[in-house]
Amino acid sequence: MKSKSKSAALFIVTVAVIALVAYVGAFGLEVGGYRFKSFGETIKRGLDLTGGVSVVEEIQDQNVDMDKLQRTIDLIRLRINKLGVSENAVNQEGKGKIRIDVPGVYDTKDVIENVAKTGKLTFVDPDKNVILTGADIKDAKAGFNQEGKAVVNFQLTTEGTQKFADATQKFLGKTIAIYMDDQEISSPTVSTVITQGAGEITGSKTIEDAKRDASIIKSGALPVTVKTASAKVVSATLGADALPKSIKGGLVGISLIFIFMILLYRGPGLMADIALVLYIVLVLMIYSVIGATLTLSGIAAFLLTVGMAVDANVLMFERIKEELRTGKSISSAVHNGYHKALSSILDSNITTAIAGLVLYLVGTGSVKGFALTLLIGIVVSLFTAIVVTRFLMNLAINMGLLNKVWLFGVKRGE
Amino acid sequence: MLRVVEHTKWWFTLSLIIIVLGIGSIFVRGVNTGIDFVGGTIIDVNMGKDFSMDDAKTIIDKYAKDCELVKATNNSAVELNIKAKVGVIKDEDVTSIVNDLKGKFGNDVSLISHDSIGPSIGNELKQKALLSLSIAIIAMLIYVGFRFELKYGAAAVLALVHDVLITLSVYFIFHLPINTSFIAAVLTIIGYSMNDTIVIFDRIRENLKNMRKTELKEVVDHSISQTIVRSIYTVSTTLITTAAVHIFVPSVREFTLPLLVGIASGCYSSICIASPIWVILKTKVKKTVAA
Repeated sequence: MKSKSKSAALFIVTVAVIALVAYVGAFGLEVGGYRFKSFGETIKRGLDLTGGVSVVEEIQDQNVDMDKLQRTIDLIRLRINKLGVSENAVNQEGKGKIRIDVPGVYDTKDVIENVAKTGKLTFVDPDKNVILTGADIKDAKAGFNQEGKAVVNFQLTTEGTQKFADATQKFLGKTIAIYMDDQEISSPTVSTVITQGAGEITGSKTIEDAKRDASIIKSGALPVTVKTASAKVVSATLGADALPKSIKGGLVGISLIFIFMILLYRGPGLMADIALVLYIVLVLMIYSVIGATLTLSGIAAFLLTVGMAVDANVLMFERIKEELRTGKSISSAVHNGYHKALSSILDSNITTAIAGLVLYLVGTGSVKGFALTLLIGIVVSLFTAIVVTRFLMNLAINMGLLNKVWLFGVKRGE
Repeated sequence: MLRVVEHTKWWFTLSLIIIVLGIGSIFVRGVNTGIDFVGGTIIDVNMGKDFSMDDAKTIIDKYAKDCELVKATNNSAVELNIKAKVGVIKDEDVTSIVNDLKGKFGNDVSLISHDSIGPSIGNELKQKALLSLSIAIIAMLIYVGFRFELKYGAAAVLALVHDVLITLSVYFIFHLPINTSFIAAVLTIIGYSMNDTIVIFDRIRENLKNMRKTELKEVVDHSISQTIVRSIYTVSTTLITTAAVHIFVPSVREFTLPLLVGIASGCYSSICIASPIWVILKTKVKKTVAA
């Protein structure tokens, strides 16, 4: 049995540590020139909290090997880099699909045109034969021609130069169509034989379009054909609104739970509330450390688990109250109540965990975010409810804080 | 002591009424399939103030015929919801549509959200949804069968089916879209309901050991009476947090409403559906053995 003062010291230290971590998590802290970031700064936010475009591209080719898939992802990352967006935005999803998340952009057309198209450039002769492809182009740059129109100036490789010279000779006076994927962007008439292996592609509406096309031509087409399978836009206002509202709702819900627990279970209720604060901090910390992305449904899941985390405590406290009613001493009631409740607590949390695991493995996008939060919440809540609450309660009993039965909400002789 | 098992018929009737109402709603309003499973496009536009539907339709018809247009009032803002089947509206046209609407109806017009799902993803999501539901229910059945005996498992799963039907009925009655968040809600409700049911079954199992001479009905009623306080408290705390999110965050309401109903149903089903079913299963088998 720990001495009264030792227990008191341990208790105060524990509560102080929990309070400190919670404070830093919420507001951040500056210590001697080094800043501890608050959770708001470290946790990655999903698109539904920031606003932006999310596009899923599906690879049309069959049997794409890992190599090709990786090259495709790398190429798309290169393109998106040029827009100033982090490469993390491009990820493989399931088999043969690539998800591209671009925060701060609200036009799907923009993303699809700049990043998500296959980008295959072809020069086609009047007989529908392909003369040149993007692979034959050594360099491409956007610029203005003599008429002041935006064009893409290109330079061909040695091979390409030869091919182009032959083609322009063969089709002098006829048109050579230039296609980007399925779209014809230009069909100039051949006026001279071009032997220098250079030329311009007209047809861009603006210099921005020309720059974009030049960039795509230069970095090369994707090694596979892609098609947009799904697109989602969350506007800036919708995104910006969501997080503050969620925080408000979360604070209201959590405060109500705190009050609820104290009203119903008094002393132990307070212990449970302290453990709950630790729970919230731990979950957010884990999220921050593993670099998981917080989505709106993740927040819903998180608050759900807060409500459920209290359940383990309720199970324990109800059992303890039962034991107290039968006249047992406080220490033995706590001990018995704890052990009898344990099997129920474990069984019931495991089934919720099964549901969460299935959702995580089979789900995509926001469902996956929801499931991840659910799983993390269950594991951490088991820890805080079973280990931490009991730890605090034992300390409080040893301190003499919890030595009256009415502090548990039980009237002797009930 | 609460008398629950006696009134089994009442509980079953109540659930049946809700489920029938749900199915009836299908005939009255049809099922809102959302776009996740069948593919399609949903565009939400903030119109700022009231507008003429016909004018809006003329503009949209230029890009895509055959769209479902709905005017909705959300707090003080007037919204235009455009829903179309797969491939009807091209993703590239969305910005142009919004700009044209802006041109006609003023600068307050802005895009709130745009969601488009192609047919292949739609199919995949559907398959994944059914797969996840089946796996989850089977996994739980195995787990409960392992921790308790099989009759408990059967009763628990029947209670789960009940909860799924009630949740579905809510979706049908309120014409909510059936999409991936529906599946997430259902799986969560299943997890929670199982959770609740197990606590009661745990108590029944414990009491059976100590109350061998008592009639089954009474043991169950006694167990429920002992655990009812905990059930009410836990469902309350879970509902409090979920309701807080529901009230303060309008964009998740499609998800939280079924959660609220499902969690309440989960608590109700553990007490009034699962336990009575278990009694029925237990007594029916006893009768067969005796005969």
